[in-house]
Order: sequence, then C-alpha cells, then structure tokens
Amino acid sequence: MIRTEELLLNVGPQHPSTHGVFRIIVKLDGEVITDATPVMGYLHRGTEKLAENLNYTQIIPYTDRMDYVSAMTNNYVLCHAVETMMGLQIPERAEFLRLIVMELQRVASHLVWWGTYLLDIGAMSPFLYAFRDREIIINLFNELCGARLTYNYMRVGGVKWDAPDGWIDKVSEFIPYMESKLEEYDRLVSGNEIFLARIKGIGVYDAETAVSYGLSGANLRCTGLNWDLRKTEPYSLYDRFAFDVPVGRTGDCYDRYRIRLEEIRQSLRILRQAVEQFPEGGETMGKVPRVIRPPEGEVYVRIESPRGEIGCHIVSKGKAEPYRLKFRRPSFVNLQILPKLLIGETMTNLITILGGIDIVVGEVDC
Amino acid sequence: MSEEEKPGGTLPEEEETMQPSPQQADLDEAVSLLCSRVHDEAVAEAYLNEMNGGMPVLIIRSEHWLEAARMFRSEPALGCDYLRNLSGVDYETYMETVYHLLSMSTGKQYAVKVRTDRDNPSIPSVTAVWPAANWNEREVYDLLGIDFPGHPDLRRIMMPDDWAGHPLRKDYEPLDPEV
Amino acid sequence: MGDLLREPLTWGHALIFAAAAILLMGIVLGFVTYAIYFERKVIGWMQLRVGPNRVGPFGLLQTVADVLKLLLKEDTIPRKADRVLFVLAPVLAFVPAFAVLAVIPYTQSLYFADLNVGVLYYVALSGISTLAIVLGGWASNNKYALLGGMRSAAQMISYEVPLVISIVGTVMLSGSMNLRTIVEAQSGGWFWNWHFLPQFIGFGVFMIAAVSELNRTPFDLPEAESELVAGYHVEYSGFRFAFFMLTEYVYVYAIAALTTVLFLGGWHAPAPFLAVVPGLIWFILKFACIVFFLFWLRATFPRVRVDQLMGFGWKVLLPLAIVNVFVTAGYIELFIKH
Repeated sequence: MIRTEELLLNVGPQHPSTHGVFRIIVKLDGEVITDATPVMGYLHRGTEKLAENLNYTQIIPYTDRMDYVSAMTNNYVLCHAVETMMGLQIPERAEFLRLIVMELQRVASHLVWWGTYLLDIGAMSPFLYAFRDREIIINLFNELCGARLTYNYMRVGGVKWDAPDGWIDKVSEFIPYMESKLEEYDRLVSGNEIFLARIKGIGVYDAETAVSYGLSGANLRCTGLNWDLRKTEPYSLYDRFAFDVPVGRTGDCYDRYRIRLEEIRQSLRILRQAVEQFPEGGETMGKVPRVIRPPEGEVYVRIESPRGEIGCHIVSKGKAEPYRLKFRRPSFVNLQILPKLLIGETMTNLITILGGIDIVVGEVDC
Repeated sequence: MSEEEKPGGTLPEEEETMQPSPQQADLDEAVSLLCSRVHDEAVAEAYLNEMNGGMPVLIIRSEHWLEAARMFRSEPALGCDYLRNLSGVDYETYMETVYHLLSMSTGKQYAVKVRTDRDNPSIPSVTAVWPAANWNEREVYDLLGIDFPGHPDLRRIMMPDDWAGHPLRKDYEPLDPEV
Repeated sequence: MGDLLREPLTWGHALIFAAAAILLMGIVLGFVTYAIYFERKVIGWMQLRVGPNRVGPFGLLQTVADVLKLLLKEDTIPRKADRVLFVLAPVLAFVPAFAVLAVIPYTQSLYFADLNVGVLYYVALSGISTLAIVLGGWASNNKYALLGGMRSAAQMISYEVPLVISIVGTVMLSGSMNLRTIVEAQSGGWFWNWHFLPQFIGFGVFMIAAVSELNRTPFDLPEAESELVAGYHVEYSGFRFAFFMLTEYVYVYAIAALTTVLFLGGWHAPAPFLAVVPGLIWFILKFACIVFFLFWLRATFPRVRVDQLMGFGWKVLLPLAIVNVFVTAGYIELFIKH
C-alpha cells in the first residue's frame, strides 16, 4: 500500500520572500496548500506600549519604524491625529511640504513593491531598476531632513525643516523623469507573457469579501471599488488637486499590479500640481504650545498610506503622553485574507499572493 | 441614556457648527433602531464626538453587542459593512473595546464602544459578523487580556505563546525577567 | 586524435589520452571560472550594476576567490541526513556532466570519442544528473530540498522527451547519430545549410528544452530561491555545493557545444569567403553566442510556475517536436529521396 502524507512546511520567519520576519506554516499535499497558518510577532516592539510613556513629539520616530518603507505617511497620521484633537491650524507651506513628501513616499513605496514583487516572481533585473529610481527620492528626502529611511520629518503643527533652496525644482525635475521611467517599466515587464501567466487570475476575491475582511488600498480597489481616502474622505490638501483613482475589475494579482503602477502615475500628477502651487514663503510651523497636551477625549483619524488605510486612535487624558495610542495598520488587516486565498493554491502562488498583498512586517507586528 | 443637546440654529447665515449636525440624525437613527430591534437597554450612552468631527459614538452593553453588531451589518439603514479599526483600551476601572464602523455605500461612520468588567473581561466576538475582527480581537486579547467568546481561534498573536501577562494593561509590570 | 583512437591501445597512447583529458578538464574549468565571471558581469551591466570588480584586475579573479572560499569552508552534513547518499549526490551529478563532453567534436580533427550513437550517449548520461539532484534533495532530509528535488525530477522527465524528439529531425536530415557526421551534413559553405533554418521548429523546441534541462531562468524551479530558498542544494555547503555549481556550468558548456554541433553547423563558417578563419574560432564564436543567450535570459525573465512548466512541456513542446519529425520525414520523402 502506498501511504501519502501531508507535508508541514514552515515558510519563514527567515525566508527570502516573506518580506521580513513573517512566517506561514503551510500544509502541503504535493505542492498544493491544504492549510495555512500565519504566525507573526517576530518584529513586535510594543510601539503602542512604549508610546504611553512618551510625549507626542517623541512618538514620531517610532512611527517611522512601523511601516519603514513609507515613513512619511506614518509621521503624518500621528501628527494629524494630535492636530485634530487640538484643533491646530497648519501653515500652508508646511501642509504643501507634507503633501509633497507623502506623494513622493507613495511613489518610493510602490517602487519598492514593484521591484520586490518581481524578485518574488523570479525576475531579478526590475528590482535594480526600481531601486535606481527610488534612490532619487531617497536623496531628495535626505536633503530635506537628513535621513534616508526613518525621516522623523513632521511635527505636530507643521514640519521640522523647510525645503532647502532648489529642492522644489529638483522635485519638479524628478516628475518627468519618473514618468519616462514608468514607460520603461511597462516595456520591460508589464507585457511579459510569463509574468502575466504568473499573476493573472491568481488570488482572486470579490468586493464583498474584500470589504468584510477590511482590506484597503490597492487590495480593495482591485475588486472594482472606488475607495481612496484621498478622494472619499479628503484630508490635507488633496481636495485641491485633480487625480484619478485607478480601480480594477477582477480582483486578482494582475489588477493589484496595474493599480499600483497607475498610482505612481497619479501621484506624479498630484506632485506636478503641488509643485506648481507651492507657496513662495511662509512659516513651516504653526502656533503650537510648548508642551503638546491634547484635551481629554479621543479621536480616530485615517489617511491613505501606500498600503491602505492607516489609522491612529488616540485616547487622551489631557496629559503630554497619550493614555492609549492604537495604530490601525493596513498591512496587518490586509494580511488577514491570506489564509483564505492560499487554500488550494500551489507553493509558488503562495509567494505571488503574499507579494501581491504588499505587506511590511514592521507594520504588521508594530 | 443621555444624548448631547445641540443648540439648534435656524438662520442659514449662522456658522455651520451651529447647525444640527447631520451626524446627529445618524446617531438618533442608530439608537432608535438598536432600542427597537435589539433591546430597550442595548445602548448605554450615545453622543457625538465633537473632537473627531462629530463622529457618532454609541456605548453598547456587552450582553447585547453581538446582536447589535449583526444589525449594524445587515440593517440597510446602517449598512456598516466595513470594520475600520478595533482597539482595546484599559481604563483602570473597566475595559473597553472601540469599533470604528463604516458604511462603504453611504459613508456613514460610527464609533461603537463596548465596556466590560476589568477582573474578568469578556466581550462577544464579532468575527462572524466582520471577518476583519479576527486578528484584531486576537491582538486585543493578547495585549489586554480581553476574552472574546465565539472567536474561532483566540490565541496570542504578537507576544510569544508562553508570555505571562498582557502588556497593554495599565498595571502590567514591564520588568519581566526576559527584558 | 581520430587516428590515435583507431590504433591499438598502448601505454604511450593511454598517456596521451590521459593528458588530453586533463587538458580538456582544465579548459572546461577555465571556461566555468570565466563563464561565471562573464555571467555576473553581463547581468550586472544589464541591471545597471558594475558586477565583480574587486579581486584582481577588473575582478577577473573573483571566481577563483569564490572557489577558494568554497573549498576552505566547513563541510557540514546535517545530522539527520542520509550520509552516504548525501556524499554521493554531488559526485553523481558531476561525473556525467564531464562524461558527456567526450563526444563533442570541436573541429574536423579535434574530437575525443567518435561514437556512432553520440546523441544518445549525451542524452542518456545527462539524465543521470537528474538522479543526483533527486538524491541530493532526498538525502538532505530537508523539506525545501525534497520539494526542489521532486520538481527537478518532474521537470527533467518532462523536458527530456521533447529534447530528444527535437533532435530526431536533425538526425534524420544527416542520417547519423554521430555528432561529427551531423556537422558534416551541415557543410555547404553558407549558413542556411545549417540545421537551425530547415529545422527551425526543432531548434526552437531544443533551445527551450535545453534551458529547462539546465535549470536556468525561466525554468529554474528546482532552485527557485524566492520560493524554495535554494531547492535541492539548500543543505550543501563548501566543496559539495561547489560540485553542484560546477555541474551546472559544465552543462552550460555541454549544451552550448551540443547546440552548436546539432544546429549551428559546428566549425563551419557562415559564408564560403569566411572559411579562411579557422573552424575552431567559428565554433567558439557560436558557442559564446549560445552562452550569452542563456545569461541574457536570466536577466530578463521571471520564473514560470510548476504546472505551467509541465503543461508547456507536454502540451506544446512535445506535440511540436513530434510534428517536426513528421514534417521532416515528409520533406525527405518528397524532395530528397527522389
């Protein structure tokens, strides 16, 4: 008698394609997954606990380290929450700078995703192309705030540093450059038959499932829902700019891929308008009390990070430190659908689907 | 039940904040639906959170929460199909979980709070209503020790499985031997 | 060489053969060293990098340093591994890789074994390396290695068939399985006499199946570093790992040489007026183009999925190869015989 057995395979926490220390325990029947259990927490640093003993300015560097691929949007969500509580007015120049860095960050984040996703699928070259172009953004940020990854740039009430002379010009030079490079990306990858065969029709779910699982960002929009917080619940200055929200139809990995590439284009469109309207002079810090003490109460604010809806829920007791600070991390919530998508897929599709969700483990574990 | 009174303005020239805010109507509707469909005393408190742009907040009694959650999801007038956020808060005298709900079709938002006893915290799980609650509830269980009866797989998610204590509790002793 | 082979074996001849074998091995090792260097450089340029440039002038000694490192590394054998098979697998992979080189003719006079069944000898021996990969994957007692080994077995079996059948057309046209005769059949002065044009279906199928046999991108599923970490050789370190790497590159050499012989006219010049250039140079040029083609693929393609690989092998390549055989038979029957 031939007896077959399921193979219990531990993917991660050290695995090249789990994007950090994420781990999935899969049961394999041949190469087909019959059960998947995600395990996380390897990068849990207790940000929320640490924040309870820090004042709001001190928390900002911790947000950099949550979604370390998109630190600017994390900075923003915390500052935005505190500003909402205190009813602060942000000087226009500061708000423009914030918007510009957030959109640059979205481009940079999607570039990292694009490169690593193709690396997961087995193509090595696009990764280096993406990082070449991301490097320009990183250098722009470096010039602005002296850091390449963890910027600690925004403050409650404004931004820490004004743009140096000529910085805005460099941003406007970057926009046409990146647009031409996007065409190169499309020529290089988007039509490749093997690539399309690998991602089309993989990891499909419908809009209802996406909503019930609380998915956000490209993971939600790929099902055809037009839901971008920059449009539906505008924050910052997004209601001043014209841009489109790309949506998919089928809800597969290919749609998520197209949406992210198109979002880079739309971000560049926003950037072009923002650079044109950038105010000449003005303050970069609003009138903020010396010690930031939001009044007693609670607030939940949310913005559209490259990965989806990042939210910040603050409970304040009127002290300089938050009583409770909770981040709604898009990677964490988006990842919940993973086990459902994996059943019946092959080991290879595991990587395709996981990469398509676009997680950053620093954010999953917080 | 106490509802925050809003000064009602009649003249259109007056500032917008003086108008009865549209959220007040949402809140009233939710409260009346909950009271009539779920239980007379399902809602312990309801008010608008002015700080958060007038977000309607409902405090729902834990024993009626699961039924209320089903209604929030299925009742077309509420239609909260999207669970944005689920946080747990330790208020030292009691525990609380906050659900930020959203209706994708109408854009209506609600913050629902459910309070529970601190010594033996337990709140019915809403994973069956919103699958998005699954890991969030595990996280709250892990970090605050709130039990969620009805959860399909209530295990620690962030901390190691053999960890003692729940770190986000206010009385948690941070100096573990491991630290 | 041919005359020596036909004469009775004496001690002197044996010494010459041994010296020639060692010389060939030296050439092959040199090729492997610089193929790796070349691959890293070429892919580096394609990927906007500079490639190795630290060890020696232009990084020329990089591979030497890497090999030294591998030889000096600790040789670990997992405790639960099947020791005998674990040790045997790299050897078993390596020996056939070198053995197949015996039948490759480089020029009219420079060849080693003049086998009548050269094609069959090549295909049969190269199949043994599959066995070694499966053994290595099994003996490592590692799940990733096992999956890699099984993938490799499935892939090799699926692609060996179209590979062999794609050669049949060439064999029919030249009427021999002797690789030298096949090259002779492609003479005629012009490049359109080479088999890759009349046998374009066979050539296409052969190239695809060959890339798959080599486990190179886009068919590098047994290794698939983004899924199976490193596949069958995940537990191998030091010189055992070096043997697997060496095998892979020796097969690159072998496949490039075989393609040149079967389809690209071996040592023949592409045009009569170019025949002044020695045949060996033409051979090396054609050979280098194939090697470059393999490296080029690696820099530009993503990896296919297992089921797609199998489907492609059985549903596309195999029927195409068989059609090619029938078309060739019909062509010979109608145009050549009469």
